[in-house]
Formats: sequence, structure tokens, C-alpha cells
Amino acid sequence: MEIIRTENLHFDYEIYDDKGAVVDKSSALCGVNLTVQKGEFLAILGHNGSGKSTLAKHFNGILTPTNGKVFVNGIDVSDDKNIYEIRQMVGMVFQNPDNQIVAAIVEEDVAFALENLGVPPLEIRERIDEAMKSVDIYKYRKHAPHRLSGGQKQRVAIAGVIAMRPQCIVLDEPTAMLDPKGRKEVMKTIKFLVEKGITIVLITHYMEEAAQAKRVVVMHNGEIIMDGAPKQIFTQVDKLKSVGLDVPQVTELAHELRKNGLNFPANVLNENEFVEELIKLL
Amino acid sequence: MTAIEIRKLSYKYGIGTPFEISAVDDVNLTVQKGEFIGIIGHTGSGKSTLIQHLNGLLKPTEGEVIINEKNIWSKDVNIREIRFEVGLVFQYSEHQLFEETVHKDIAFGPKNIGLSDEEVDTRVRRAAEAMGVHESWLERSPFDLSGGQKRRVALAGVIAMQPQILVLDEPAAGLDPYGRDKVLSKIKEYHENSGITILLVSHSMEDIVKYADKVIVMNKGGVFLYEETDKVFSHAAGITQIGLDVPQITRMAALLKQKGIDIGEDIYTIERAKERILELIKRGESE
Repeated sequence: MEIIRTENLHFDYEIYDDKGAVVDKSSALCGVNLTVQKGEFLAILGHNGSGKSTLAKHFNGILTPTNGKVFVNGIDVSDDKNIYEIRQMVGMVFQNPDNQIVAAIVEEDVAFALENLGVPPLEIRERIDEAMKSVDIYKYRKHAPHRLSGGQKQRVAIAGVIAMRPQCIVLDEPTAMLDPKGRKEVMKTIKFLVEKGITIVLITHYMEEAAQAKRVVVMHNGEIIMDGAPKQIFTQVDKLKSVGLDVPQVTELAHELRKNGLNFPANVLNENEFVEELIKLL
Repeated sequence: MTAIEIRKLSYKYGIGTPFEISAVDDVNLTVQKGEFIGIIGHTGSGKSTLIQHLNGLLKPTEGEVIINEKNIWSKDVNIREIRFEVGLVFQYSEHQLFEETVHKDIAFGPKNIGLSDEEVDTRVRRAAEAMGVHESWLERSPFDLSGGQKRRVALAGVIAMQPQILVLDEPAAGLDPYGRDKVLSKIKEYHENSGITILLVSHSMEDIVKYADKVIVMNKGGVFLYEETDKVFSHAAGITQIGLDVPQITRMAALLKQKGIDIGEDIYTIERAKERILELIKRGESE
């Protein structure tokens, strides 16, 4: 079952002069066709300016297509009257945790959207407790968010989205501003959500994170240039490097060894796989 | 020659309040002129507090900071002059851009110290070139540039002040792989050409060991490790224990060692790992 489908999606950013007239436009998306299945864990890679964030912003109607269509559960996001329904199906988490937190107490922040939806107070209590427990911030529920670490704040933001009980969560570089410990916490949370059957779209610069997804899509100049399982994508070292992306270190090492005439398999993504393959050669 | 000497430095935030907390505790270190030092440690380890002492933004609760053989808090030293000797670049330095054009932004510091227009212009162009800021951008608004480009403009603004010591707090944070490599390789290039002392703070062990000659690992307000880059990962177990990452390639070498195959504890680049593995295989074939 599909949850998100884009059809020939085009998006242009308009450039304005001082008086507000459109003087130019720049194309961020040039005909993207992508289908995301229910329960899928999809990572989107691409350098800055490749269009990946613009694409993600179409998944819950923050942006609407200049041309083409986006459907969430078959509902057209371009139609304004569908927008609230769609935003309850697809939640977003952004890069900077500080920009997403609105309340002075963690649990109030997590409850913010539910209060706005008019959910009964008892149900709010139940839903935010469940959400806070699932991302392991329940013990901080009475704390002020600004005293939490980056990873904790980002999990507060995720809890706020989970409390909405969306079917799909789109995370736009959620770990970019975090330290390694915070990154691990957030990745653990994402994997937990995947296990619970929530569809995850993860936009990231970290190849080791993308390697954990079930499917990887690579964007370049507003188009999808690669789409497949991590093993299919990361083995194309030269192609990824040509669009300004990295591959996991051991994958690159395997690639280098192959170039030196060694019969080393290309599809190793982590150190365990690498060592296993190397031992076979010795 | 010693560029930086830190003696028994301690710093406490919120002294006399219930929130009093010791951020740096009894730190001693020496950095020689011209060295490229990497500083790593997780959030709260004291690294930001430490570097803010290097140009006198923070005054030690206890201990001394000696820059170019001057105790920066002694009465006969003008702290303003220390700030010219030590350039400090904060995280997300592009947030500090404010001028109408890239040229004006880079020129802001040199202009304020009363240099002639000609000298200011020379310095701007030299700094811009060093950071790979293209000449054609100089008359554009800095806000029209990409994230990585803005970051390099902000760095050029500090370099235009010609500091003898440059301290960079996570200059690559939040950039994509291309932007990260570009910023860091420009910094490395500038280090080689100018011979100044550089301290680079990063969360990425991979970046630190790629560029620095020596590495300081901070933990709980103290120096956990201060070691030449090649020797850092002979302490890999300790580094992992305090919650820091070691590069994937280093983890691979450690795993290999567990299986009885030793390719060395100084593996942190793909290039070196490749050489050692090729040697290993050659040896295997000749036996």
C-alpha cells in the first residue's frame, strides 16, 4: 500500500525584487516521480541545494507543486481543504530543535498540537505520556526544554509529532545539529518508530544513517538520480562522489581495493561485513 | 616557541548560585607555534569553555592563560591586543554576517582597527582568496550565498585580521559532505601557507584526525588525552568508553585485530588502511 505518491512534481522558487514583483525563478524540483510505501523506511540523500528539503516539504503540504501532483493516501495536497487532514497523516521534524519548541515545559510542548486540535484533556494526557515514553523523555516531562541537550530536545519535537499519531513522519536532517551521542539517541528513536510500523522519510547527510534505511533515494539538481536498497546505492562509489556525496568508509575502502585488482565484493556497508570478507581473502 | 600555555585552569559557571557548576577543572596544556590541534569531546565536556579562555572572553576562576608568552590577565597586558592575536570563530559563524556586500563584511574588522582603505582592500582580497571566496562574490550580498559559502566568508573576515592563533568552533557543523571538505581543506591550506597556530573543535573524529597533527580529547572538564594523531587510537577503547566515536575504519581495524590480524593501531584514513591491507595480502601470497 502506498502512502505518498508524487507525479511529475515541479517546484519553482520565485525571486522577488524590492517591490515584491517576481523578477526570476529557480527550479528546485524538475519532474520528481516517487512512491513511498506504507511502513517503509526511506532515506533521501543529496548535497545542499539538490532539492531534497523542497521535496520533503511537499509531503504534508508546506509547499504545493508549481506543476504536477502530490498525493497522500490518495488525497491531493494541492487542495487547501485537505490540508489539515494531510498534516495529521504526515508529521514533520526539522533540523534545529530550538525552532520547534514553543512551550516552557516539555509535556506542554508535546501537548501543543493536541490542544489545538481540541482533543479531550484525558485523552491528551494518555497520548502525550505514551509519546514521551516511546522516545524516552518521560523523566524530563516537567523540565524546561532549554535545559535539555540537543538530542533530548529533538526527541521532544519527535514526541510532539508522535502524539498526533501520524502514519508517516518526515525528518529533515534531524541530526545535523547534534553531537554523536544525540545522533545515536535520535537514530534509535527512528528505528523504534519503524518497528512500530510508522512510515519514515529521513533526510540526512550522514551516510552511516542512510545505510540503516530499507531504501535510499539520491537527489541531484532537483531530480531523483538513484533509487534502491542501500547496498545497491552505496556500491556506486564514483557516481555518489561525482554528486558531492560520501559513502561509508569501509565501502570506499572496498572500492579502492577493487581498483587495486583485489577481488573484494563491493557491497560491504559496515565493519563487520568488511572484516568477514577480508578474512575470506587471506 | 610556545603559542599557548594553560596552567591549572579552572572555570566555574554561576559561582555563588545554586546552579554553580565546574565546566573546566585543573587543565594544563601547551601548544607550540604552528601546530594544528584538534579538540574533541561531547557536549558539556568543557571544550567551548576552554577555547573562550584563549582570547580572554572568559576570565579563569583559577589558573593562568599565557598567549605568546604573555599572561593575558596580568596588569600590563592589554586584553584587546590579545583578541587581535587570537581569532575565535564561533559555531554557525555565518549568523554573524551582517553587511550589504561580502567585501564590506570581510572588511569590517580591518576597517575598525584604522587601516588605510588600500590596506583593507588588500587584506580582504587575500583573506577571500585563502578561503576560496570567489572574486565575483565580493560585491554580492552575503545572504545570496549557500551555507558553505557564507561560512567561508565569515572565516575570511577573521583571517583578514591576520591572527597568529586561529580557534575554530565546529567550522563544518551542519554542512553537506562537499561543503565540509571545502571549508576544512581551505583551513588546512591556509595553515600550511601562513604557518599560524590552529585549534579546531569538532564533533567528528574523522575530520579531526584527517586534518590535525595532535588531538586533545576533553571529558568532564578535563583533558582526557593529548596525543599525536597517529597515536590517538591506541587509546580507542578509552575513547569509546567516554562516549566518543572512533572512525568506522578504525573500528574495522580493531575488529580485525580481535580476529588475530593486526594492521596497526594508527588506522584512521582509507589510504593507510588500503596500504596495510595490500601489504598484508602480498605477504600472504609470498609465504
